[in-house]
Amino acid sequence: MRDSLIKVSGLNKIYRTDDLELKVLSDINLHIDAGEFVAIMGPSGSGKSTLMHILGVLDLPTSGTYYLDGQNVGSLSDDELADIRNKKIGFVFQAYNLLPRTSAVENVMLPMDYAGIPDTDQLILAKRVLAMMGLSDRLDHPPNKLSGGQQQRVAIARALVMQPAIILADEPTGNIASVQAEEIMAIFQKLNADGHTIIMITHELNIAEHAKRIIHLFDGRVIEDGNGHQQRRISKKL
Amino acid sequence: MKPVKLVKSGVRNLMANKLRTGLAILGIVIGIGSVIALISMGESSKRAVQSQIQSIGSNLLTVSPGSQQSGSIRGAFGGATTLTNEDAAAILTASSVTTIKNVSSEYNGRAQVIADRNNTNTQIVGVQPVYAEVHKMTLSSGSFITGQQLSSMSRVAVVGPTVVEDLFGENANPIGQSIRISGKTFQIVGVAVSKGGTGFNNQDDRIYIPLTTAQKQLFGVKHLTSIALEANSELVMTTAQNQVGYLLLERHHLTDPAAADFRILSQEDILQTASQITGTFTALLTSIAAISLLVGGIGIMNIMLMSVTERTREIGLRKALGARKKVIISQFLTESIILTFTGGLIGIGLGVVGFYIYSRVNSSAFVVTPASVLLAFFVSVGIGVLFGWYPARKAANLQPIEALRYE
Repeated sequence: MRDSLIKVSGLNKIYRTDDLELKVLSDINLHIDAGEFVAIMGPSGSGKSTLMHILGVLDLPTSGTYYLDGQNVGSLSDDELADIRNKKIGFVFQAYNLLPRTSAVENVMLPMDYAGIPDTDQLILAKRVLAMMGLSDRLDHPPNKLSGGQQQRVAIARALVMQPAIILADEPTGNIASVQAEEIMAIFQKLNADGHTIIMITHELNIAEHAKRIIHLFDGRVIEDGNGHQQRRISKKL
Repeated sequence: MKPVKLVKSGVRNLMANKLRTGLAILGIVIGIGSVIALISMGESSKRAVQSQIQSIGSNLLTVSPGSQQSGSIRGAFGGATTLTNEDAAAILTASSVTTIKNVSSEYNGRAQVIADRNNTNTQIVGVQPVYAEVHKMTLSSGSFITGQQLSSMSRVAVVGPTVVEDLFGENANPIGQSIRISGKTFQIVGVAVSKGGTGFNNQDDRIYIPLTTAQKQLFGVKHLTSIALEANSELVMTTAQNQVGYLLLERHHLTDPAAADFRILSQEDILQTASQITGTFTALLTSIAAISLLVGGIGIMNIMLMSVTERTREIGLRKALGARKKVIISQFLTESIILTFTGGLIGIGLGVVGFYIYSRVNSSAFVVTPASVLLAFFVSVGIGVLFGWYPARKAANLQPIEALRYE
C-alpha cells in the first residue's frame, strides 16, 4: 500500500509550566491521504488548534511520530522545518495574517521570496493565483483597502502559490460574514476537486459539512472520524 | 531575499512610525555629526600650528622668566621679574655666547585702548626695532618702531590688523591717527600684515610700542617678560640654548641648573606644546562625541527591540511561510542599518556644515579629510550591525507558534 501523505502515530503533546502539566493531545493516530478534504472539529480546549500547529510543523509533538510525505519531521532542524512549511504547507489563518501596508500581490509573493524564486516568475505566478481568486482588479490594494472575504482570498492565494502538498486552514471563516464564508468554502471545495489536500479546523458544523471527512476531537482525543453524513448523526446524538 | 526587496520592505516598516524612526536617527545624527565636526576642527588646528612653525622659522629661542622662589615656595612660571634689560644686553655682548645673531627684548602687558568712540582691551608689546626682523614681521603700511623713537621714548604705535578693525573699522587707514592707551595718547605709525592668528594667541590683535615707553611710561616696570633670540642657524639651537643658559645662571648667581629662574624654549618646543594641547582637547572632545554616538547606538537597539516585540505576530507569520533564521536576521539588520546609515549621512552633512561655520567664525582653514568622512560612514553602518544584531537574533529565535499566538 502507498504511504499516506500524513501519518501520525502515538502522538502526545504536553504543555509544562512551573507546577502544572497539561496534556493537550493524547495518543493521536491519524492517516490522511493526498486529495482528502478533512475538517477537524471540537469545542475550545479540545486540542484542535494544537493538532493543526503540529500538522503544520509550527510546533513539535512531545512524543510520538509524524511522517509528512514520507519524512519524519521530528528529526529536522529549525531551518529544515522552515523549508517544509515553505514548500509543502500552505497556511490560511482566521485573522488572515496579511502583512500590513503591503499590496495583495506582494503578500502573495512573500513565500516565493523565501523559496528564492526569481522576481519575474514571482509576479506571473502571484497574478495567476490572485486571478483564480477573482482578485485581478485588487492586485495593488493593501489589506486595509480590502473586505474580510477579499483578504481571506488573498491569504488563500498566498497559501496556494507554492503548490503545497497540504493546505491548512485554521477557522478560515471565523472572522467573515456568512455570505462570504460560503464563497470561501466554495473555493476550498473547488480546490479539493482540483486535487488539493485540505485540512480545516472549525467549530461550526455547517462549515465542517463542506469537507468529505470530519475528525472530532474531545479532550485531546479523536472521538470520531468519518464522513460528513455519519458526523451529522453523531452531532445529533450529542 | 534580494537586498533591494529587503531595503524596500525595511523602509516601508520604518516609515510606518515616522516620529519614532526620526528620533532614533537623530541620536545617530548627533553622534556622527559631532565626531565629524570635532575631528575636522582638530585637523584644522593641527595644520594651523604647522603653518605657524613654517612662518616663524625654527631658529628662534625665547627666554622667559621662571617662577619666583622664596624659601621652599615656588610661584607660577612667568611670574618672576628676574629678566632684565641688562640680561638681554649681556647675551648680545658676552664672549661666551657665539651663536646668537639678534636679541629682541620684549615687555608684554594688557591695556585698555580707546580711539574716538571705540575701545578695546588688547595686548601691548614693548619692542625694540630688531623685533620685526627676529619675528619676521612685515608691515602693510607705515614703518616699524625706530631706534630713534626707542631712545627718545616716543609715544608711537604699530598696530595689528585686528586692532585696526576693532578701533577704526574694516579697511580703514589709521596711519597718523591717535589712540589712547591707558589714558596716554599714542600716534599710529604703522600697520602690521595679518599673520592669520588663531584663537589661543591672536598675533593680529596686538599693539607694538617702543620698549622704553612701555616700561617707563605705561607699565612702570624695569624687567622684561621675554627675550627673543635669533640663532645663527637651526643647527646650533642646542648650543645656543646652553650658552645663553649658563650665562644667565651666572648672572643670576645660580649654580644648580634645576633651580633656574628662567626658561629657554625654542619656537618648536612652544608650538609642539601648543599642538599637544590642541591634540588633547581634540581627543577629549572626540571621545565625548563618541559617547554620544554610543548612546545613539543604544537608542537604535532600544527601538529595534521594541519593534521586534511589536511585530512578534508578523515574525511568526513569516516563519510559518517558510522564512529561515537568516532571512529574519537580515530583515531586522537591514532596518537597523537603514536607520544608522541615514543618520550617518545626515550627521556627516551637519558635521561638515557645523565645521564650515566654525572655520568661518575663527577664520581657520576649512579642510574635511576624506578619511574622517569614510570613517564616520563605516562607523555608522557598523553601529547598525552591532546594535541591531541582538534584536535581530532575538526575532530569529522566536518559536513560530509562540510568535503566531502572541497577542
